Amino acid sequence: MRILNPLIAVLALVAVALMAAQVPGGQGLIGVVLPYLAFAIFLGGFAHRVKTWAKSPVPFRIPTTCGQANSLPWIKQNKLDCPSTKAGVIGRMLLEVFLFRSLFRNTRAEMHDGPKLVYGSSKSLWLFGLLFHYTFLVIVLRHLRLFMDPIPAFVGALEFGDGFMQIGVPVLYMTDAIFVGAITFLFLRRVVLPNIRYISLPADYFPLFLILGIAITGILMRYVLRVDIVSIKQLTHGLATFSPHVVGEIGSIFFVHVFLVCALMIYFPFSKLMHAGGVFMSPTRNMMNNSRMVRHINPWNDPNIKPHSYEHYEDEFREFMKEAGLPVDKE
Amino acid sequence: MYGKGRIIPALIIFIGLMTAPMWYGSGDASKLPNPEKPKGYTECVEDTQYMRTSHMKVLNDWRDDILREGGARVATTANGTEYVRSLQNGCMKCHNNREKFCGECHKYASVNPYCWDCHLQPKEAM
Ligand code: HEC
Ligand code: HEC
Ligand code: HEC
Repeated sequence: MRILNPLIAVLALVAVALMAAQVPGGQGLIGVVLPYLAFAIFLGGFAHRVKTWAKSPVPFRIPTTCGQANSLPWIKQNKLDCPSTKAGVIGRMLLEVFLFRSLFRNTRAEMHDGPKLVYGSSKSLWLFGLLFHYTFLVIVLRHLRLFMDPIPAFVGALEFGDGFMQIGVPVLYMTDAIFVGAITFLFLRRVVLPNIRYISLPADYFPLFLILGIAITGILMRYVLRVDIVSIKQLTHGLATFSPHVVGEIGSIFFVHVFLVCALMIYFPFSKLMHAGGVFMSPTRNMMNNSRMVRHINPWNDPNIKPHSYEHYEDEFREFMKEAGLPVDKE
Repeated sequence: MYGKGRIIPALIIFIGLMTAPMWYGSGDASKLPNPEKPKGYTECVEDTQYMRTSHMKVLNDWRDDILREGGARVATTANGTEYVRSLQNGCMKCHNNREKFCGECHKYASVNPYCWDCHLQPKEAM
């Protein structure tokens, strides 16, 4: 059920889009109104989520410390895994965002006869996660050809590099194949590994199916069904310049693709996909571990509550302590 | 809100990047490619709309058919005009200006077929 329901939801979206593309006015709705709405919800929702996170105070240092902290001079600090300077945090963050460094440390726990618990390194999630995100990025950037005119040179360069293998006509983009392979891996991982299946929720499967649906409709559109790119660019370029209209004969598959993309944009701010913004906001990653150098004061401490030193405490309770046989500093 | 000094500029940059096509000289959406119609011919090898979406498939099918299956080099259009199934001697015989025909659309859609690495284009456009 946890797998089936999200699958049905995505198939329902496809069916709705297919039907809407047939009725008069439906193409305008999916091609013009929905993209603006979805984009606005995406940007607004994204900013809103970040704003709510920013409202949570993080008065104390809670970075995950995966290495030796800054200590005595002859003890070598692990500057990236337990940064105590801004530069260290920036380095850690860059590696995290661009290379998914914490996933690289992913481990796998296995039970062996004995019984013995064994931990092993598990790099496949890191590898396929990285492939997934980078191919997604290239694919999104390649789409800029539909929204800009003149088209920036780097888009052509990406297309050239991506189609370098010159397989078929129109050339097969490597990213398309890797992207689908990586999503399939990310899905199978959740189905095949019993412990991962146990913790997987519809909210994990839904974005995978949705993104897979987007990829499949895009690939069908380019290599199999083929659509009139000139008419499509007229629409999409119109969206970017605020003068969109649906012209020519655009296949229904295009509207299914756009509908799913809009669904993704709308879903994004309310889902786990917000880790895109969240990674920058996570205190366990973006704080320096300098609690031993700087005193961090809780900003909402009640100023009327004065510090209560041990001396005062003992003065207050000396008699009781003596009675209870506790040692006291001053007689 | 905490960390305003960093978060608000970051959000502005993010939104700026996401909306880049809207403000970065995206040109005029009504400026469309206008592939030059071939003179002296009235129909293409297939239906015009099909050619718009699938001319690369036509080319690929011809290539595979001729070079691998030994298919015919000559065929006729729906109305009986004879043409050569060839990139150089077929398409480019009717569409004899690469820049003004193929190039119009391809520039617009950022397509750069590698066919011309080997195949020649009609002389007048070279
Ligand atoms: C109506 C506009 C239009 C015209 C005219 C046109 N093309 Fe294209 N062509 C396209 C588009 C759009 C694509 C890209 C399709 C895609 O990206 O999915 C394309 C792709 C191609 C491809 C595949 C490119 C690749 O990436 O492998 C070839 C080959 C091709 N065209 C050949 C030609 C030739 C030869 C001519 C001139 C005789 C021509 N086209 C005229 C619009 C056009
Ligand atoms: C017999 C001459 C002839 C040959 C050969 C021919 N074409 Fe055409 N083509 C035409 C004509 C005429 C039109 C315009 C049809 C119309 O306006 O309805 C056309 C239209 C097209 C269009 C649509 C242009 C538009 O205005 O949107 C494309 C794309 C195209 N041809 C590509 C090709 C390709 C690629 C080949 C080779 C595979 C080819 N043609 C071979 C005569 C030809
Ligand atoms: C590596 C060089 C090379 C490239 C690149 C190339 N071709 Fe060819 N092509 C050839 C050769 C050689 C032949 C054989 C010519 C013959 O025997 O008539 C041929 C034949 C063909 C033919 C059939 C016969 C003819 O005379 O046209 C077609 C159609 C064709 N190519 C289309 C394409 C298309 C479309 C592309 C781009 C996607 C392309 N070719 C890229 C070398 C190339």
